[in-house]
Amino acid sequence: MRIIKHPILILSIFLILLSCVISGCAGSDSDSSGKSNEILIDGSSTVFPISQAVAEEFRKGREEVQIPVGISGTGGGFKRFVNGETDVSNASRRIKASEKELAVQNGVSFTEFVVSYDGLSVVINKSNDFADCLTTQELKMIWEPGSQISNWNQVRSNFPDKPLRLYGPDTDSGTFDYFTAEINGEEDASRSDYTASSDDNVLVQGVSGDQGAMGYFGYAYFVENASLLKVLSVDDGAGCVEPSIETINDGSYMPLSREMYIYVNDSSMERPEVRDFIEFYMNNAGELAEEVGYVGLSEADYQSQLNRLK
Amino acid sequence: MNSSSSSSANRQKSHQFRVLRDRIFLATFVIAVIVGITGLVALLLDVLIDGIPFLNWSFLSSYASRKPLESGILAPLAGTVWVVSLTAMMTIPIGVSTAIYLEEFAGKNRINRLIELNIANLAGVPSVIYGLLGLAVFVQFLFSGSRNVTAGALTMTLLILPIVVIASQEAIKAVPSSYRDAAYAMGANKWQVVKSIVLPQALPGMMSGIILALSRAIGESAPILIISSLVWVTFVPTTPDSKFTVLPLQIFTWVSQPQHDFRGIAAAGIIVLLVVLLSMNALAIWIRNKYQLRPDQ
Repeated sequence: MRIIKHPILILSIFLILLSCVISGCAGSDSDSSGKSNEILIDGSSTVFPISQAVAEEFRKGREEVQIPVGISGTGGGFKRFVNGETDVSNASRRIKASEKELAVQNGVSFTEFVVSYDGLSVVINKSNDFADCLTTQELKMIWEPGSQISNWNQVRSNFPDKPLRLYGPDTDSGTFDYFTAEINGEEDASRSDYTASSDDNVLVQGVSGDQGAMGYFGYAYFVENASLLKVLSVDDGAGCVEPSIETINDGSYMPLSREMYIYVNDSSMERPEVRDFIEFYMNNAGELAEEVGYVGLSEADYQSQLNRLK
Repeated sequence: MNSSSSSSANRQKSHQFRVLRDRIFLATFVIAVIVGITGLVALLLDVLIDGIPFLNWSFLSSYASRKPLESGILAPLAGTVWVVSLTAMMTIPIGVSTAIYLEEFAGKNRINRLIELNIANLAGVPSVIYGLLGLAVFVQFLFSGSRNVTAGALTMTLLILPIVVIASQEAIKAVPSSYRDAAYAMGANKWQVVKSIVLPQALPGMMSGIILALSRAIGESAPILIISSLVWVTFVPTTPDSKFTVLPLQIFTWVSQPQHDFRGIAAAGIIVLLVVLLSMNALAIWIRNKYQLRPDQ
């Protein structure tokens, strides 16, 4: 009996002690039970870096406020948000009518804020010296469902005979939704014979290692890897525009720049720390968004959103 | 004379052939081992080279940050230790008891065969499914919406319970029946046989299975992404009702950030994960060796 009991007992005691040591059994300084001092954020993993950055700066000097941030995805985040489970929901698209309806049913009212822009960037291999700018029609021709294009010379007759290989986000991604809606004219309509990954860094590696490659992902991933990739300008009928902080910010990089949102539960907003947080968010999002690779709105746009609160 | 020399030549030939065949198989196995080991070594070296520059005390003792160089791993490390400890405390008694019942007490009838078949099938269910189940049953129903560390541990318990049961069953099966017979001959009853003969004998095998299962629980991110979803946490769990995050989830988030330094931070996180895993394994091996050598052997 002793022989059997001991190892399991020892293992259990060891694990409990270990968890005590790491979590500070005696008198923890960080009290997570104070629910009133918690601002719970969930939603899009694309907006996550901005909310994390704002929360991190906001907590400097007021560590008693806990701001856990999750990445359930835009849809998953809204599911919790319309139930009143979360205080703030990160979203890479506007709330849908069906989600709004659920919020009304549950008595949840909310306020929408635009926090930054992202410019989906179409990138090619660094060694590609013939393609600089594609029209949205050409992009559609390449990416639409059933597209047979597999060579650059099929895209434009003066392009060389070079195999074209495609890289893009997988179908769960909000980037995929947005790109297909804007380029192919219908959300989720895309050819499926391309290398898909939910990890944009994999796409970066794919395009940078394949001379005939083309891919698309968020602007932040291009900026961080600008030395490995070449970004294409996009012509939507008004001339070629290259994605940059300026062109995304002033709206001339069309149609591939999109807005990032946060949604705030109105009854949470009545709590002073949530209100302070949102004010802090609007005052600092511009700078912090650019630090994590997104493009901020104009100062006036942030202020006008703040003014609605007053 | 002639025929005998030719038969000896034949024998010689067939001997050479057998030796050759032996060598071919040996070479195949050695190559297989080399492929496996090089893959593992390459992976480990890659992680170590990327991660070690980022590994220091402040990495272990601070919380995550948007700035890679200020990022730390304290919250997910504490979360993982919490989840694994709670999971172990729930899985070991339930899993071992189930195995004992199925092997020693249950009759070989159709219902018990059905139970065993289902346990074997459950071991192959994708972990995301357990995450969804845990969200519906533990988070929504049991804890009325609280996504706490206990809900995570309960989900992990469901996930690894089949593995523990099967491994424990195999360990019990490996105990020679002559041991049991001898004990019965001495007048021991069933429970006495189980607790003083079968369990001590089966313990080393059980420990191996338990450790493999707990190692899987440490490495799983999908169910925890569903249960907790949090990847930026600036506190360590202090009660079983605390919110939490775990190492694989944090590593996954870091890997998918655009900034290059986050890959180094992620590698450092992987090293921490490996160290936790290896120290758990070492503990199990120590326990196994300590209790394997009993006075009667």
